[in-house]
Amino acid sequence: MSRSSLFTQIAPLQSLGEQTKETSWINILIFVLFVGVTMVVVFRASRNNKTAADYYAAGRSFSGGQNGTAIAGDYLSAASFLGITGAIAINGYDGFLYSIGFLVAWLVALLLVAELLRNTGKFTMADVLSFRLKQRPVRIAAATTTLVVCFFYLLAQMAGAGGLVSLLLGLDNGNKAGQAVVIAVVGVLMIVYVLIGGMKGTTWVQIIKACLLIVGAAIMTVMVLAMNGFNLSTLMDAAVQTSINEGGAGAALLNPGAQYGKAPLDFISLALALVLGTAALPHVLMRFYTVPTAKEARKSVVWAIWLIGIFYIFTLVLGYGAGALIGKKEILAAPGGVNAAAPLLAFVVGGPILLGFISAVAFATILAVVAGLTITAAASFAHDIYSNVIVKGEPKPEMEVKVARRTVVVIGVVAIAGGILANGQNIAFLVALAFAIAASANLPTIVFSLFWKKFTTQGALWSMYGGLAAAIVLIAFSPVVSGSPKAMIPGASFDFFPLANPGIISIPLAFFLGWLGTVLDKNTENPRIQAEMDVRSLTGVGAERAVEH
Amino acid sequence: MGNSAHASEESLDVDYIQVQASQEFADLKKSHRSFVFPVAVGFLLWYFAYVLLAAYAHDFMSIKVWGSINIGLVMGLLQFVTTFGITTWYVTYANNKLDPKAAKIRTRLEAQIAATNAVQEEV
Repeated sequence: MSRSSLFTQIAPLQSLGEQTKETSWINILIFVLFVGVTMVVVFRASRNNKTAADYYAAGRSFSGGQNGTAIAGDYLSAASFLGITGAIAINGYDGFLYSIGFLVAWLVALLLVAELLRNTGKFTMADVLSFRLKQRPVRIAAATTTLVVCFFYLLAQMAGAGGLVSLLLGLDNGNKAGQAVVIAVVGVLMIVYVLIGGMKGTTWVQIIKACLLIVGAAIMTVMVLAMNGFNLSTLMDAAVQTSINEGGAGAALLNPGAQYGKAPLDFISLALALVLGTAALPHVLMRFYTVPTAKEARKSVVWAIWLIGIFYIFTLVLGYGAGALIGKKEILAAPGGVNAAAPLLAFVVGGPILLGFISAVAFATILAVVAGLTITAAASFAHDIYSNVIVKGEPKPEMEVKVARRTVVVIGVVAIAGGILANGQNIAFLVALAFAIAASANLPTIVFSLFWKKFTTQGALWSMYGGLAAAIVLIAFSPVVSGSPKAMIPGASFDFFPLANPGIISIPLAFFLGWLGTVLDKNTENPRIQAEMDVRSLTGVGAERAVEH
Repeated sequence: MGNSAHASEESLDVDYIQVQASQEFADLKKSHRSFVFPVAVGFLLWYFAYVLLAAYAHDFMSIKVWGSINIGLVMGLLQFVTTFGITTWYVTYANNKLDPKAAKIRTRLEAQIAATNAVQEEV
């Protein structure tokens, strides 16, 4: 308590946001160091990038622990680290409530998806979905949903880059041109990583980043707890006190309702999308192909669950810590707004060096996550669309990887342009949208094709396209897009759908369409291939092996 | 379809329909599904029970248990505990009950595939 009041006494002399600007060169220095180290790693990793299995799946040579750490790196995006810490600092309990869905969701991946997917697929989600159904239509559908999900997730990361950059480099929130330059730099760096390093390089970047992020968050958590006698209750009281001092919500901070109280159904819809979307995110699924066996895929998820779970416990402490030591008003006034909570807390507890470290890690996070998304989207286009649809399964040797590399450049350019245009959009909403689309368009088909013998091509197509269309149409007519001054299109009003997240309608609908399409399908699928998939998925017979070098 | 996972070359050597119908495989499948389905339904019900309480039962969740720690926070932290617990439980189950059964079938089928390939090479 005494220390927190000490800091609130210092702060008014000069706002924290202003103070952090003076030391932004440290942030840049640490970030450049990160880029330098990872570039060396990526170059070293690139020596064996000849075949498609090397380029997309890192030769299937990572261990479960390494891959699990990389998954955590992929998953603990800037939206998650900065967003959740900020949400707890501003809205208290509801921010914590939001974070839990992201963790619990991993049980779906562990129990129902990871191992079976590793045993039956090769590089992409479409490999599994089209295994026993008609190749062409199912691959096109699965590649379409993969690209759409990756696009929205990518957009969320790039849109976040702008705000983050203002904070890190001390640019003003209004300096859009400066932000655009930095978004372009992020995009170009990402293209270089993915072009040279492929999946192996990208995975190492994720591992390094995940370790730095978790270590940084752990240090801050211990410091914040130490200031409060290692007592969570004392820390929460301090957050309440700061809130009362600035005339905020006070004790209500500890109770549910600050963020989702007015629209509980909205949150239930979001929770559904989070829990069912994680195991259907294409860039997460693709990570399961980088390990040699299904057992290592299981270990990957176990590592990911522990790392992600421990990290969200850190964010609970960091969120209330930011609430106690900085306060809502000061956070919202800083460049980057809500996202500034974690970096400002780093500054308050550890000075400019810790701020530089956390800021650089947050920035590196965007880079690494964008790289992971890009390689997923490129693999899906080259492997599913080019190799299996355009040249019908007979690509010239090494042509597929060449196509993948060109796709990386195209996606990089699209991401830069999209990021500049989407700069300032609501990141949490874009991420939630990506989860909702993944849960609606992908998850029902994944579950049906792994567990339901009678599932047919028509069922898969109805479920994927139906789920995708329902999610996007409902979003278009939601209050996020129009109907209020805060909406994307403030002037218009076509908000016929009352919820901000479509999950509660579009996910059950997609499951229903998968069932309906199957029972109405006059064709049946080949029982021999169905039997092969069934046997392979559980036993691992004929699963893709690690590449020998 | 040389480039797809679909209909791999080995598949011609094994009668998967017969394997699928075998008692051994049925046993593995039953062990797998009788664990993952009930546990998946269980954790989803537990998570959504928590979400519904947090969304609609604010007063109940705000009851203080110890210091400023209320039922909502305790239930939230219990979600972490159950997630870690289910993870460990599943890994133990899979290592002891699923992996040996799967390995037995896999070893047998792979030997069968290797034998067929050897015969083809001699011819």
